[in-house]
Formats: sequence, C-alpha cells, structure tokens
Amino acid sequence: MDLKLDHHSKDGIEIVDVEGEIDVYTAPRLRELLIELVNSRFYQLVVNMEKVEFLDSTGLGVLVGGLKRVRAHDGSLDLVCTQERILKIFRITGLTKVFGIHDTVDEAIAARRAEK
Amino acid sequence: MATVELTFTALPVHVRTARLVATAVARRSGVDESLLDEVRLAVGEACSRAVEGHQLYCPGEPVRLALTDLAGRFEVEVTDTCLPGGRSPGGPGSGPDPAGAGRESSAIAGAEADFHAGLGIAVIEGLADDVQISETAAGTSIRMSWPSSGAAR
Repeated sequence: MDLKLDHHSKDGIEIVDVEGEIDVYTAPRLRELLIELVNSRFYQLVVNMEKVEFLDSTGLGVLVGGLKRVRAHDGSLDLVCTQERILKIFRITGLTKVFGIHDTVDEAIAARRAEK
Repeated sequence: MATVELTFTALPVHVRTARLVATAVARRSGVDESLLDEVRLAVGEACSRAVEGHQLYCPGEPVRLALTDLAGRFEVEVTDTCLPGGRSPGGPGSGPDPAGAGRESSAIAGAEADFHAGLGIAVIEGLADDVQISETAAGTSIRMSWPSSGAAR
C-alpha cells in the first residue's frame, strides 16, 4: 500500500502517524512533512510507526534527517514501534542507540516529559 | 537462465513492483516464510541503490533484476549500468538529491543522502545470507542468495 501521513498535537508534542510503506518512492513525502513541522516550530516530535508495513534505508535516512533538524532547535524525535520486522532494521544499522523507541505514544510522551 | 528476469525504468515508483515480484518468486522457490521479509528488504535496497545511480548518471537505461532458483539456493542479481567512470568522485551524496528532487540543498539534506547511500549496502549485508558486489563492464552487480527448497524449477 501507499504511504498515509497525518499529525496532531498531544500534550504539547506533535504526533506524526505513519501508515503503509516508507521506501525510495514515498520517503520524500515524510521528509517534506518533517521539514514542514520544523519550519512551523514543532521541535518535539513523536513518529508513530505502528502501522508501517515496510521501511528501508531511505526511510531511515529521512528519520535521521528529521532528528538532526529538531536537534538543531534543542528538540527531539522519538519513535513508537513494536513490530519486530521494522525494529530489526534499526538494530542492523545500530540506530536503536540513536532513537528513543517506545511501545506506545503515551510512553513516548512520558519518557520525553521525564527528560525535561 | 534466470527463473524470472525483470527490467524496469529507473524510477522509484517501480522499486515496489520489483520487491513484490522478488518476494513472490522467492516464495515459489521454497524460501522459508521467515526469510521473505529479508528478501523483500534486501531486493528493495539493491533496486533503490540502482535507481538512484541511474537517475544521476544514466536515466534512460533500465535496471535489471534476475531471480534464479538454483539447487537449494534462491539467487537475486540486481545489475545497474552506471559506468564507474561516470560517477562523480564524491559519490552519490555530492550529486543532486534524487528523492528530494532538488527542493532542498541544506547540509542536512546532503548528509541524509550520504547516510542513505552507505546504509543501503550495510542493510543488504546485514540481511542476505551471501552477498557479492562486483564491478561489471557496464556498472555494478549485487548478487545475493538465500536457502530454498527449489520448488519453482
């Protein structure tokens, strides 16, 4: 399936809901959304990947780019993901050490609040 | 002769089709269900890499994907025709960003492209059972394989 993107605010953090496949064709749309959010001064982001069916290195690159952009404003980008096949890609590439990866959106928000 | 051979225009939209075909043939070849996600991702990475190279250096040339059911092995070969001499010294990151279509030229976008270029090969090597990357007369060949029961022959 194609990529569906949505976003909403929760407890002062912008939640980005991603559904479908993030690959070389669709990743530019996620990149554009993340850039748009940063340009709109949303620097605390949680990307909910629970409905992501496929993620490749293009998608990983976009997420790393998003992290760099929010960090330039002292912000954060956390992920929500419990799917083993997606988590495996983060493990292979060592990115589990770069991103905060949580089981639920609420857990991601709570972890972010605890760090403040 | 390959069990299934596919050539496609070097456009990102076709990479998904290549992934779907490779996964279907792998299943028919008797690759274990638990390995199909790895096949799908590794083939996608190799095809994405080829498409990005073609878009930079030879957009009119098709990318070739060959899927072969050998004795007990399912082999995938992705061949690009980007001549090594045609590549810029700085690698893909120093050229235009194909995914971003030139909309952004910030340092972050450049770093993102470089990161992705190196990461694709790392992901393939982390996923495939056996990987061989070689320079051919016309470009690069990525050959990878997984165990199979040989059901499709």
